[in-house]
Amino acid sequence: MVIHQRADDNPDRDPPEALGSAPATPALGSSLDIENVGKSFRAANGTVMQALSGFSLAVEAGEMVSLVGPSGCGKSTLLRLIAGLDSPTSGELRIGAELIAGPSADRGLIFQQPNLFPWLSVRRNIQAGLVARGVLAECRQDTEHFLRLVGLEAFADRYPHELSGGMAQRAALARALVNHPRILLLDEPLGALDQFTRMKMQDEVLRLWLARRTTMVLVTHDVDEAIYMSDRIVLLTPGPGRVERMIDVGLERPRYRNSPRFLELRTRILEMLHFTGGGAPEPTTR
Amino acid sequence: MSAGRSARYALAPTAAAAAALLAHMLIPNQQTALPTRLYPKLLIILMGSALVVALVQWAWRRSRPWVAHHAPLMAGAIALVGTWDLLTLKFAWFPLPYFPGPDMVLQGVLDDRVLLLESAYHSLTLLLTGYGIGVAAGLASGILIGWFQSLRYWATPVMKVIGPIPATAYIPLVMALFTSSFLSGAALIAMAVWFPMTMLTSSGILSVPVAYLDVARTLGAGKRFLIFRVAVPAAMPSIFLGLFMGLCAAFLTLIAAETVGVKSGLGWYLKWQQGYVEYAKVYGALLIMATFFSGLMTLLFKLRDWALGWQKGLIRW
Repeated sequence: MVIHQRADDNPDRDPPEALGSAPATPALGSSLDIENVGKSFRAANGTVMQALSGFSLAVEAGEMVSLVGPSGCGKSTLLRLIAGLDSPTSGELRIGAELIAGPSADRGLIFQQPNLFPWLSVRRNIQAGLVARGVLAECRQDTEHFLRLVGLEAFADRYPHELSGGMAQRAALARALVNHPRILLLDEPLGALDQFTRMKMQDEVLRLWLARRTTMVLVTHDVDEAIYMSDRIVLLTPGPGRVERMIDVGLERPRYRNSPRFLELRTRILEMLHFTGGGAPEPTTR
Repeated sequence: MSAGRSARYALAPTAAAAAALLAHMLIPNQQTALPTRLYPKLLIILMGSALVVALVQWAWRRSRPWVAHHAPLMAGAIALVGTWDLLTLKFAWFPLPYFPGPDMVLQGVLDDRVLLLESAYHSLTLLLTGYGIGVAAGLASGILIGWFQSLRYWATPVMKVIGPIPATAYIPLVMALFTSSFLSGAALIAMAVWFPMTMLTSSGILSVPVAYLDVARTLGAGKRFLIFRVAVPAAMPSIFLGLFMGLCAAFLTLIAAETVGVKSGLGWYLKWQQGYVEYAKVYGALLIMATFFSGLMTLLFKLRDWALGWQKGLIRW
C-alpha cells in the first residue's frame, strides 16, 4: 500500500523522521488477518447473543483502518478478539503468520477511557509494560523518549488524577507505544474528549503512525475522524456484526477537513449510514 | 485574621489554666483527699507554655493559623479538666472512691510510673506481635481468596461461619493450645485481626476494575504482575480499611486477653488496680491507654495518607 506522505507540504508539522528516532528498534507493523470470525455471548438469562458472525477482514502491515458503524455492531468485541482478551467462537485471527492465542505486548489496546493506573505516576504508568516484560533496565530511556513524544515530560511525576482528559489519553498512548507494538488497536480513544482536543489528538496519533508505521485499527463513531485518519474505512452492520462496505479513502496526506473531496466522501458515507438528516430523526449512534 | 482576634484565641488556654488554678486554690475541698502539689504544678506549666506559644504567634506571623486552630481545643481540654476537679474534689458531686479528682489520678500515675511503662511495653509487644501475624495472614488469605475463584468457593462458607465469632470466645481453645500466655494472647489478637483483614483484602481484590487488568494484559503482564502490581495496589484503599478495623479489633482483644490470662500489660494493670479499688490508678491507666491507642491509630493514618496519596480527595475517613 502506498501511503501519500507529504510532510513537507505543511511547515508547521515536525518531519516524521525526527520523531522516528526511537532509541530501540523501529516498530514495524504486521499484517492482520481475520478469517470468518464469529463470536457469541451467553447472556445472564441464557439466551445466546451473536455479536459477530462470519467476519473477515485483511489489514496490511502499516495500514490504518477504521471500523465505523452503529452501536452493537461488534466493533469493540472485534478489537478485544484481536487484542486476545477474548477468543472467537469460530474462525481465526492471525498476526502475520501467527495465530492469536491470548494478549501480548505485540498488540497495544487503547480504550475510550485512558485507564491509567491511578496509583502510579505518569512515568511509572508508561513504564508498566517494560516492568511487566522485565525489560525496564534496558529500556529505561525509552520512557523518556515517549514522555517527550506525547509532550508530557513536565508531568512525568504527576499522578493521573492531576491530568486533563487529553493528557491522560496521551499518557495511555505512550504506555502502549513504549512496548513497540506491531499493531495498535484504538477503541474510540478520542470519544471522551472535547472537539478541539480531539482534533489535536488526531494529528498526534497520525504523527505517531507516520513515524512508526505501526498497523492501526481504529474504532470510531465519528465519520470525519475515520476519513481524516484512515487508509480504509470498514462500514459495519449490526446484529450480528458484518462488513457492509469497504471504502478506500485515497486522499493524499496531510488531509484537509474542508477539501471538496473530503466533504464529498463524508456525504457519501453518511448516506450509506442513512444519517444525512432532513428526515425523521434516526437514533444517533453516539 | 486580625492581630487582636488571633491574640484572643492564643491567650484562651492561658486564661483557662489560670481559671482552673484559681478554682483549685480558692474553693475548699469537699472530698477528703490528701492534697498534693502535682495538679497546680501542671496547671502552672500549662499556663506558662500557653503564654510562650501566645508570644511566639505574636512574633512569628506564620504560626498564627496553627495556633488559632489549636488554641480553642487546648483551652477546652483545660476547662474540661478544671470542671472535673470541681465536680469531684471541690463539690464531691461524684463521690470517692470511684471518682477521684485530677490531682489524685496524676499522683497515681506518678507513683506507678515504672510499672505503667513496663505494662505499656508489654502491651505493645503483645499487640504488635499479634497484629503483625494477623495482618500478614489476612493479606495472604485475602489475596488468595480474592484472586482464585476455586479457593473462594471453599473459603466463603468457612469465613461466614467462623468469621463473626469474636476472637475472645476462643480463649479456652487458645489456652489449651499454647502453654505460654504471651503466645495465646498473640494468637487471639492475630485471629481478631485476620478476619477483617481477609474480608477487606479479598473484597478489594474482587472489585479491581477489569479495565486495569485488561490494560495490563495487553501490556504483556503475567500473573504475578497482575496480582502484585495491579490487583493489590488497586485494592489498597480497601486493604487500609482492613488494617484500621483490624487495629480496633486488636485493641479490644488485647485488653480482654490481658484481663484474663496474661499477667502483664495495661489491661492486667487495670484489672489489678480495680481489685484494690485504686480508682485513681484505673483512670491513670485509662489515660495512658488512650494515648497509647490513639498514637498507634495516628501512625496508621499517617501511613495511609502516605500510601494512598494518589487517591487525593477520595479518602473520606
